[in-house]
Amino acid sequence: MVTRTSLTTPLGDEVLSLHAGDQVLLSGIVYTARDEAHLMMKESGIPFDPVGAAIYHCGPVIQDARILAAGPTTSARLNALTGFLLDRGVRALIGKGGMGAEVARALIGRGVYLSCTGGCAVLAASKMSLKGVYFEELGMAEAIWIIELDSLPLVVGIDSHGNDLFADIALGANKQFHRMFT
Amino acid sequence: MVLPEDDPLFRALSAATCRAFREAVTTLPQDVVEALRSAAMREPSALAKNELKNILDNIAIAEQRALPLCQDTGVPVVYLTVPPHVPYTETLIYAVGEGVQRATREIPLRPNVVSPLKRENSGDNTGPGMPIVHVRPGSCLSVTVLPKGAGAENMSRLAMLLPTESEKIPRFVAETMLIAGGRPCPPVILGVGIGGTFDGCAALAKEALLLPIDTMDPFEQKLCDAVNALGIGPMGLGGKTTALAVKVRMAACHTASLPVAVNVQCWAARHCTVEVPW
Repeated sequence: MVTRTSLTTPLGDEVLSLHAGDQVLLSGIVYTARDEAHLMMKESGIPFDPVGAAIYHCGPVIQDARILAAGPTTSARLNALTGFLLDRGVRALIGKGGMGAEVARALIGRGVYLSCTGGCAVLAASKMSLKGVYFEELGMAEAIWIIELDSLPLVVGIDSHGNDLFADIALGANKQFHRMFT
Repeated sequence: MVLPEDDPLFRALSAATCRAFREAVTTLPQDVVEALRSAAMREPSALAKNELKNILDNIAIAEQRALPLCQDTGVPVVYLTVPPHVPYTETLIYAVGEGVQRATREIPLRPNVVSPLKRENSGDNTGPGMPIVHVRPGSCLSVTVLPKGAGAENMSRLAMLLPTESEKIPRFVAETMLIAGGRPCPPVILGVGIGGTFDGCAALAKEALLLPIDTMDPFEQKLCDAVNALGIGPMGLGGKTTALAVKVRMAACHTASLPVAVNVQCWAARHCTVEVPW
């Protein structure tokens, strides 16, 4: 039987007790942000309280103020644009595919990266309600949507102790590749 | 002059294009669903099994609610088959474009199409050169749509190998997935183009994604086994299923060339063909 830890935003030191591979159910407010929103926040400020916040790498499909589809986007695109958010107190990054070594290092002692099943956009949307929007001028995919989660199932991909599940798998893949094609 | 909107052919093709997108983004082809189901049964890892369960649950909810199963409804890639009795004119291309705009409003699709440098979003998934429309002769008028998400498309690669390097093809295919890791939403389907020209090879790789995945020839199976041996697994969290299938399309090429292209397709391998009675 798999145990799932329930977490609610804003997050605090409870994230420090999570380990890579743990399954969690996340509730509370999260903020979507992709490439353009990260640039905008870096240049003109974070429009929400970043302390304890969770950032969701996602560009949803919204119709008539309803979230129809909202799965994660590829987090690695945001590797170089994430440090300032963690410096300001963000505790969780949610996305797919993992992030770079610089982000894994920046998470140590501070927060976690949570992996959401890529492409599962209606499953995710069924656990969400829309609460508002910042930077709507960036367009549907790139705006910051304020979303309330109700027990979204996630996996801890990178924990605050320096463990990175994606990096471990990538290392194994690399070894296997060189065994097969020397 | 007859305005395209008044042309019955324009209206029929536009409507068929819109219908093909609706079907494609809400329902996966049966061979893909079957491949995901059998992967879920084979996976020994609990995390991998769980990811595949989420995927299968998501497919079921999307179909039941007629909603796009992934929020990245892609860029519109379209293949038109034109029979001898239908004149191949700009009307056909306009009709496909209008079908994309309508699909974007009505389904809805996420407006993904932007200008490449200014990044200005057209809001309707069309723009110069978009949708991409490939036209080929056939016996009936049909429209095939392949909405292509960026997470997987961004991981695609092409190599101009030397003519004597055909044994390097499995390495190049596996290396493409090694570099991609969990980013393109594995389990993936890899479309491999071999031969042709630089541009033609990439087109072959994409067209390979339209082939049924319930069978693989021995060469395709060998490529697929090499990719799965990497252990990247569903979403890059580890597991036996990194690729559901590898499909290959070939064309003749220059004696001095061996182009190889790998087009990466996420598990949401959406495509649909609608015939237009004409």
